[in-house]
Amino acid sequence: MSLLFVSEAERRLIPASGVRGPVPLLIAIMTFVMVVVAAAGLALSNTASVVKAGVENRYSIQIADGSVKAPTAISAARAAPGVSRVEQVPPEDLRRTLERWLGPEGAKADLPLPVIIDVDLRPGADPSAVSDRIERDVPGARFVAHRTSLAPLLDALRGLTLLAFGLVLLIALASAAAIVLAARGALDTHRATIEVMHGIGATDDQVARLFLRQIAIDALLGGIGGAVVAGLILAAIVGGASFATSLAGAPPIGWGDAAVLALMPLAVALLATLVARGALVRALRERL
Amino acid sequence: MAGSIVEFDRVGLRYGTGAEVLRDLDFRLMEGGFYFLTGPSGAGKTSLLKLLYLAQRPTRGQMSLFGDELAHAARDALPIYRRRIGVVFQDFRLIRHLSAFDNVALPLRIAGHAEEEVEGPVREMLAWVGLADRASARPPTLSGGEQQRVAIARAVIARPELVIADEPTGNVDAAMAQRILHLLTAMNRLGTTVIVATHDLGLIAATPGAQLIRLENGILVDPTGALRHPPGAPPRASDLQQ
Repeated sequence: MSLLFVSEAERRLIPASGVRGPVPLLIAIMTFVMVVVAAAGLALSNTASVVKAGVENRYSIQIADGSVKAPTAISAARAAPGVSRVEQVPPEDLRRTLERWLGPEGAKADLPLPVIIDVDLRPGADPSAVSDRIERDVPGARFVAHRTSLAPLLDALRGLTLLAFGLVLLIALASAAAIVLAARGALDTHRATIEVMHGIGATDDQVARLFLRQIAIDALLGGIGGAVVAGLILAAIVGGASFATSLAGAPPIGWGDAAVLALMPLAVALLATLVARGALVRALRERL
Repeated sequence: MAGSIVEFDRVGLRYGTGAEVLRDLDFRLMEGGFYFLTGPSGAGKTSLLKLLYLAQRPTRGQMSLFGDELAHAARDALPIYRRRIGVVFQDFRLIRHLSAFDNVALPLRIAGHAEEEVEGPVREMLAWVGLADRASARPPTLSGGEQQRVAIARAVIARPELVIADEPTGNVDAAMAQRILHLLTAMNRLGTTVIVATHDLGLIAATPGAQLIRLENGILVDPTGALRHPPGAPPRASDLQQ
C-alpha cells in the first residue's frame, strides 16, 4: 500500500487540525528563504561562469617602456599559433582609466603610459607558445592572462556561491528539525488514539501513514506558497535588473535555474515526508 | 481436545526498578474456556491483563499465546497476535472523535478489510449490542452503558480467539451487566476464550461453567483449584473474598 494513501475512514482517525498547526506557515517561510538564497547562489554561480568564460582565452601584452615596440609586439602576436584577435588598447582609453583612478592629473600627456595589447586565443590554443614568441621578439614585454587578474574576484564569487548553497542546506536541516518536532508533537496530541490502534493490532507503518499524508500535504502547500512569493519577488528583481543582464550578457537566472527553483517545494515536501516518517517510526518504536 | 491458548511459566513483572508486581505466575488457560480474574485492588489484575493483551512484556519467565512464545518476541511480530485478541477496557478507550460505527469498525480496517467487508458486519454487531440506531453517535454523547457496549462490539467484531474484559460491568446497572455477560457467554459458546477481570460476585455466580483465577499481592492463588480442575459448581462466596 502506498505510503501516503489513506482511506477516508483512516483520515477520520486523525483530525487534520491536530497535525496542521503552524507547520504550513513554517514550511512556507523556510521555503521562501531557501528559494531566495538558492536563487542568489545560482545567480552568483552564473555570474562567475560568465566572467570566467569572458576572460578564459583573453590575454594582454604589457610593454612598460613606450610605444616603439608596439608594432613588433602586434606582428609577433599575429604570427603566433592559435591567436584569433590582436588589438592595442588606445592610449586615450588608458588615460581615461587613469583619470578615473588619479583625477584630472592622470590625463596629462606627459605621464608615461605602458602599451597594452589585447590578445584573444582560440579555444585549446597553447598560451605558452604565444608567450614564448612575444618574449623572444619583444624583450621586456609581459604576456599576462586576464584570468590571473580576476582570480580573486572569481574565488570570491565561488566562495559566496558555496556559502549560499551551504545556507540552503542549513535551512533544509532546520526545516527537517521543525518537522521532527511537529511529528512528535502530533503523536503526543493523538497518544490515546495511537494506543488504541496499537492495542487493536495496528503496525507502526499504519499509524505513521495517518500522520504522513497530512505532513506531506502541509509541506507541499507551505512549500508552494513560500516558493510562489519568492518567485514573484525574484521575478521583479531579475526583471528590473537590466543593468546586470547587460553586464553579464544574459539574465543572472536562466530558465534551467528557474526550473530548479520551481522544484524546491517538491523537494521540501519529499524531505519533510521522509524526515517525518523516520521521526514517527522512531517515536512509535519507543512504545510497545 | 482443546489445547492451551495461554501459558505462563514462572512469569514475573516489575515496573522500572520497583518491586515485582507479579511473581512466579505459572498457569495455563485452555482454548474455549471462560475465566474470571479476581483479587483485591492492587493485586496485579490489570498488570496481568496487560501481559495478556501484549501491552506489556514480562520481566522474567516464559509467556506463550496461541502456542507461540511471546515474552521475547520481536516488537514487529506483536500486531498480528494483538489482532487475535479483543480487549474491553474498564475505561472503554473509545476514540472520542469517531462515531460508534467507526470505533467498532476499527479492528476490521486495521486488519486490512475492504470497506465493503466492513459495513455489514459492523451494522450487525451494533444491532447485536442494541445500538443499531446509535451508529453515528460519538462516544461523548453515549451513556456509560452504551459506551461499554460499543467497546464490547469493537472487541469482538473481528472474531478474536481471545477476549479480555477488564471490569466490563463496572459502569453499568444490573440489567446491563446481565446483558453484557450474555454477550460474552455467547461469544464463548462460539469458541472464543474469554477472560473477565471483575469484582462482581454476582457476575461470577451467574456463570456456572467459568473458572476462577485469583491474584493476591502479585501471586496466583487458586483456592478452588479451578485452574487445574474445572469446577462442577459455582465458586463459594468465601473463595471470592476481596
